[in-house]
Amino acid sequence: MQEHEQQRHGPGGFNRRDFLKGSGAAVAATAIVTAEQEAQAQKKGSAPVQGPGKVDVTLTVNGKQHKLSIEPRTTLLDALRDQLNLTGCKDDYDTTSCSGSDTVIINGKAVYASTRLAIEVQGQQIQTVESLRNGDQLDEVITGFVQNDAMQCGFCTPGFVMATRAFLNKKPKATLEEIQDGLGGNICRCGTYKGITECALQIAKGGA
Amino acid sequence: MAERTISWGPRGSNKLIGTETARLDGVDKASGFAKYTADMNQEGTLYARLLTCKHASATITRLNVESAKKVAGVHTVYLFKNEGDDCNWDGDIVAAVAAETADIAEDGVRAIEVTFEVKPHVVDEQDLEAARKAEVTKEGIVDRTVGDPDKAIAEADVVHEGYYGIHTISHMCLEPHGAHCSWNTSDDGPRLIARHSTQAVSTTGKQFASKFGLDAADVRVVCNFIGGGFGSKFAADEWGWAAAQMSKDTGRPVRLMLDRATELKTPGTRPSGFAKVTLAAKKNGLITAWKSHHWGTNGPQGGTIDGNQMPYVFDFENKKVEATGIKTNCGPNRAWRAPNHPQLCAITDTAMTDLAAKLKMDPIDLYKANLGQLDKVAAENGDLYRAQLDRAAELMDWKKKFHAHGESGSGAVKRGLGVALHRWGGQAVKCEAEVRLFEDGAAQVSIGSQDLGTGTRTVIAMVLAETCGLPLEKVTAKIGSSEYVYGNPSGGSITVGSVSGGTRRAALAAVWKLLDKVAAKYELDGTTLTVGNEAVWAGDKKVCSWKDACRLIGSVPIAEVGASPLDDGLTSKLVGGVQMADVSVDTDTGIVRIHRMVAVQDCGLVINEMTAKSQVYGGLIMGIAYALSEERIMDNKTGRYINADMENYRLPRIGDIGELIVEMYQPDSEYNRGVVGLGEPPVISTGAAIANAVANATGVRVSVLPMTPKRVLDALKGGQA
Repeated sequence: MQEHEQQRHGPGGFNRRDFLKGSGAAVAATAIVTAEQEAQAQKKGSAPVQGPGKVDVTLTVNGKQHKLSIEPRTTLLDALRDQLNLTGCKDDYDTTSCSGSDTVIINGKAVYASTRLAIEVQGQQIQTVESLRNGDQLDEVITGFVQNDAMQCGFCTPGFVMATRAFLNKKPKATLEEIQDGLGGNICRCGTYKGITECALQIAKGGA
Repeated sequence: MAERTISWGPRGSNKLIGTETARLDGVDKASGFAKYTADMNQEGTLYARLLTCKHASATITRLNVESAKKVAGVHTVYLFKNEGDDCNWDGDIVAAVAAETADIAEDGVRAIEVTFEVKPHVVDEQDLEAARKAEVTKEGIVDRTVGDPDKAIAEADVVHEGYYGIHTISHMCLEPHGAHCSWNTSDDGPRLIARHSTQAVSTTGKQFASKFGLDAADVRVVCNFIGGGFGSKFAADEWGWAAAQMSKDTGRPVRLMLDRATELKTPGTRPSGFAKVTLAAKKNGLITAWKSHHWGTNGPQGGTIDGNQMPYVFDFENKKVEATGIKTNCGPNRAWRAPNHPQLCAITDTAMTDLAAKLKMDPIDLYKANLGQLDKVAAENGDLYRAQLDRAAELMDWKKKFHAHGESGSGAVKRGLGVALHRWGGQAVKCEAEVRLFEDGAAQVSIGSQDLGTGTRTVIAMVLAETCGLPLEKVTAKIGSSEYVYGNPSGGSITVGSVSGGTRRAALAAVWKLLDKVAAKYELDGTTLTVGNEAVWAGDKKVCSWKDACRLIGSVPIAEVGASPLDDGLTSKLVGGVQMADVSVDTDTGIVRIHRMVAVQDCGLVINEMTAKSQVYGGLIMGIAYALSEERIMDNKTGRYINADMENYRLPRIGDIGELIVEMYQPDSEYNRGVVGLGEPPVISTGAAIANAVANATGVRVSVLPMTPKRVLDALKGGQA
């Protein structure tokens, strides 16, 4: 398994299509169907076989519905970036062990977009970082990141902004310790943690 | 007539320079609107994936890509290697496949028929004797003796012998290396557009051009945003060529980014170094001799860290320095933020702190006792280190908190302090800046430069706005394209001096031309006029508004190109820097926690205090990473890089950094010497400072960085980590 994780792109590497094929009609393919879909499938007495060719997928992103024709193995990350051109969701080119640069908010929860298939998040409310900016109207988290220089190269930044937004929605009066714990799922290489912490603290204390 | 001179304004006269100014592209970055190479997604873009070798050493015995080409949706395959070629490390790239989607490209990669003849490998860079047995060492790559170190050691009051080391790390740019290339078939513009993740917008074009038989002017390199480089992104690289070739073959744009594992394995690492060190000193702490032999690897080439700068910052009357390189089947090296310096510091400053412990001296006093023995470069820093040591000690509350080596009490959690210091050059290099003033009042500067996250874009805008007397939002700074005048590659902390000097010179020249026009109209002496507050002034009397002045320009803009470097006082070179660490070590678990880091850093005239400090915070955090958790882990049996992913290549998280205190050291003497670069220095002495704090806390030297819990526990048990 170690080797598989290493070899995402090499021969014999783990591959979503192989995984779909391998699991066949088995309902046990929990990684690709939500519990709800699974329950429905069991009710009907058949497994939901999708693909491997393109299928219709409808995503609700930033309050708008988008109809896509994509392979069922397409991740939410690839669908957002390559189909909808919502590239604020950054690809760090790892698989499920990721830096969080692809953090989006799904039904109120911070989620790595590379860990979900587009097909499994249909019907859910997907929020990307682009929704926090409407012309000159900026979410306080974006303003706070800028004011505290909570960025350098900026590649991890949108993911951190989304993680911070989701976290503060849940804990609007978070303490320093809670912030350090709650934002521990994202990685910055340039070293911008101080600014991010200060931004989150400022908002939690009612500033920004 | 007053004399016009090129200079910065007197300290205190500035509206923008020296202030904490939020970066201009901050909103675009934070809101995801900033487009990186990895985000490029044009109509028809094909996506590429790579086949890499999974063996540390192998010959390709069969390579057939025809079956890959038959995969529906695959458009082309590019071969990095052919049958009969050798692969020299795990992750060596064999081929790239471009397809309609990344998933299909992966299908294509898997369809490639490839077999290898696996050969023996060496990936252990620490075990010198094993490397010698395997005959992969390059002995004596440095072998230098000055004075008579053995005699000095024999006559010394105190002699310290120690073993120190620091492992290889990867750059781990969050945006991998890569390019999005497209060919232009229309008559207009450049033929090849390479949207390249690069630290060298102005110099990679010719590498694409020569590969494809084009003139450099036929290639446009574009990089508005780069997701990390740290010294590893200067070249077009074969994957850049591959993207261009595959685009040429298919008539479609092609985006090729390295996958995470390959990103960690192939486009560069920081070399390792392990050393046996002997130091001799008098009772008063004056060091009389240094002897060291270090070894390590930079991959297949067989180099290690630069022995010519050992010992670091200091140079002793009697010394012997030897180095042995090890050729390994590990990925090659590239410049990593402050090449050689963090490793040299992690060997020199740790040995010095251990010597201080043996002398029962405070390491700060040991440094002070040896400030007369700085190396030739650092000696130019003069008394800087004394002042920086004192200031850092104040910020750390050192006097109150410091205790003797290992005397931290009897509890399981030990607390301690460490200190280290560094130097760096940071001198401006060849660079141009073009400033244009337009009749509608617009002011623009353009440079074929790039902003690595250091804040280059904001800095040049600040310099232009300051020089024109305009608010920041009324000027435009354009970088990130090779269509602009030549910008230096950003490496070596040379950019801020180069671009700010060039911009200041061009802006002054342009403003002077403008003032001459104003003078002609109002029949004044142009050399006595000044700009400020969006107006032109004669003394404290307003002559006209900036806009009115610009109306005199007419339809042909004022355009001036400023050159760098010039010896006119705008820029300077050489910085010092002192860092201190306050840590605790849990002797039951081996876990090291950072309580507080202090950095006192000079860099001459600071243009943007906010982004300058961010560089230092970032340096500290990267330093914490390589001090405590980050390393390339090679498996001796398989020869593979076994932690090449985001999870197992351990970087600190937001809760792991403690309290960071940064002070830009800037008395008037610093302001007056002009701008010096800052990117590299703050990452240099962090590792040594933390290592010294761990030693001070526990009374035991954890010899090798990173100080993972296992190495800490092994050291506490008396084993060599």
